[in-house]
Amino acid sequence: MSETPTAGRAGAPTTTPAPRDARRARWREPGLVLSVAWLALLVVLALTARWLPLPAPDEQDLLNTLAWPGPGAWLGTDSLGRDTLSRLVHGGSVSLTVAVGSVAIGLLAGGALGLVAGFFGAWTDRLITGAMTVMLCFPGIVLAIALVSSLGPDLAHVTIAIGVIFVPAFARIARANTLSLRHREFVLAARVLGARAPRILLREVLPNTMPALLSYAVVMLGVAILAEAALGFLGLSVRPPQPSWGGMIAAERSNLTDAAHAVFVPAAWMTGTVLAINRIGESARRLFDVKAQAL
Amino acid sequence: MDARWRRRLRTQVATLLAVLLAATALTFAITAVLPGDAAVAILGETASQEDVAALRRELGLERPVAVRYGEWLLQAVRGDLGTSYRTRERIATMIADRLPVTLELILLAQALALAMAVPAGILAAYRSRSRTDAALGALSIGLLSTPAFVKGIVLIYVFSVGLGWLPASGFVPLSEGLWANLGSLLLPALALALAEFPVYMRLLRADMIATLQQDYGLVARAKGLGVREILLRHALRPSSLSLVTVVGINLGRLVGGAVIIETLFALPGIGQMLVSAVYQHDHFVVQGVVLVIATGFVLINLAVDLAYAALDPRVRIGE
Repeated sequence: MSETPTAGRAGAPTTTPAPRDARRARWREPGLVLSVAWLALLVVLALTARWLPLPAPDEQDLLNTLAWPGPGAWLGTDSLGRDTLSRLVHGGSVSLTVAVGSVAIGLLAGGALGLVAGFFGAWTDRLITGAMTVMLCFPGIVLAIALVSSLGPDLAHVTIAIGVIFVPAFARIARANTLSLRHREFVLAARVLGARAPRILLREVLPNTMPALLSYAVVMLGVAILAEAALGFLGLSVRPPQPSWGGMIAAERSNLTDAAHAVFVPAAWMTGTVLAINRIGESARRLFDVKAQAL
Repeated sequence: MDARWRRRLRTQVATLLAVLLAATALTFAITAVLPGDAAVAILGETASQEDVAALRRELGLERPVAVRYGEWLLQAVRGDLGTSYRTRERIATMIADRLPVTLELILLAQALALAMAVPAGILAAYRSRSRTDAALGALSIGLLSTPAFVKGIVLIYVFSVGLGWLPASGFVPLSEGLWANLGSLLLPALALALAEFPVYMRLLRADMIATLQQDYGLVARAKGLGVREILLRHALRPSSLSLVTVVGINLGRLVGGAVIIETLFALPGIGQMLVSAVYQHDHFVVQGVVLVIATGFVLINLAVDLAYAALDPRVRIGE
């Protein structure tokens, strides 16, 4: 079923440009450039938020609540008269921190477990695969809710909780890739040359699993932002008044009838961000030619 | 049922029991080891030390975790999931009351997702690389990038606030009429379905394109069969294998989505029950719900395995 990942109509002429050209052409895709630019802007805004000429994210102006976007408040204000743009920028640093942190946790822990399970096989593999199966029995968000509500809602705990639920997926991918690499000639060669397991794992196997793991990691950045937003929506992300995107949407939900912009501006901002990440992830996958692995 | 089948079923049941045991033990460990005390949660932060200690004794919280887990397990095997710390209600009854709501929501969501994804997937595969295909691809990426609760809010905004066709929240039981019941579940189910639709569509599209290129696709065309016949009979069935798997696995994922969507639409399902139990440190309720979810998940995997064999003769004969 998987010999031909993409297929045109029969008889369609196929032109294969040289790899270098293909790489250059990719940068000319407007969608990708836009995505990278948007994420770069978000990162810069998040890093420089303190010095930007924006009102403080928790500065209330009760005479100017639920204002429409306009001069003074470019993206409008919320039900307490706080500047939506400022809150989005500050909330962005929460989302980005959680995304990068949780994906790092999933990548490191899951990658290591999968590598070890796939390389050593036998009972090590059975133990790790079994543990991962158990973890997959929990809907991820339920596990995250349980962890955050017990640990208390703050940035580090949200990051850890989301990172933990990513571990099984990364472990699966690392394991599957390691299994296919384990008996390849270069691994055998290293073994014959007298290399020990840790060296073979780190120098021979790991670099070859990286393309699959990293392009999956990009996609998971988007999933992490969505998960943080879901937790924020349930009131389980950073504590108010510190802004989070999910929390902003949840808080203004009751004003949907008369001030829909207070809900939809943050929603669009967040969707745009995840969309940009997914767009980049798609390109990364094509670049490394990784087959999409369903969860 | 020959010997091979019986052996396979036996392995599956053994795996099922092992997973259930491990899943419940893990939940027990998480709820017991992590900070946050049921006694404090019930009495409030201002309660005196003595009151908390007394309540802990009454609830049996001061005994070792392993003992409590053992007791819980013995009772659970007999169908007794204990009583809620909070409401003193029997947990088995609570779950029995709420499970149908969640099941109806999830099944409706699956049906809606498949009803949209199968035609869209076939269309995208048949007209692969056309403008329709590109539009469907863009739509699916857009939907995948939007959190479920935002989709829910958009649906509420359009169909409840704007058009006033459907209620924004609440649940109408089946006893008060089929249409009112479906009406109260349509928006939440649609919010969930829109998250699953792109996954199914993309999967079916990729598999259909591969199938259509195989020899028997060509033979079917050479025999002079019509487009409809080729697509539906010769291509859809062999291409639906991965779809069946993912639809099965996704039932578990949908429970996760249901937690959020039930909260947004104020539906009295087990997702909402789980969230409030987690907030209130009502450990046994969390335990019970996790047990039900994990059991469902494992049973679904078993069913998916059997469905596989029914759909593809190669699986039935081989292995």
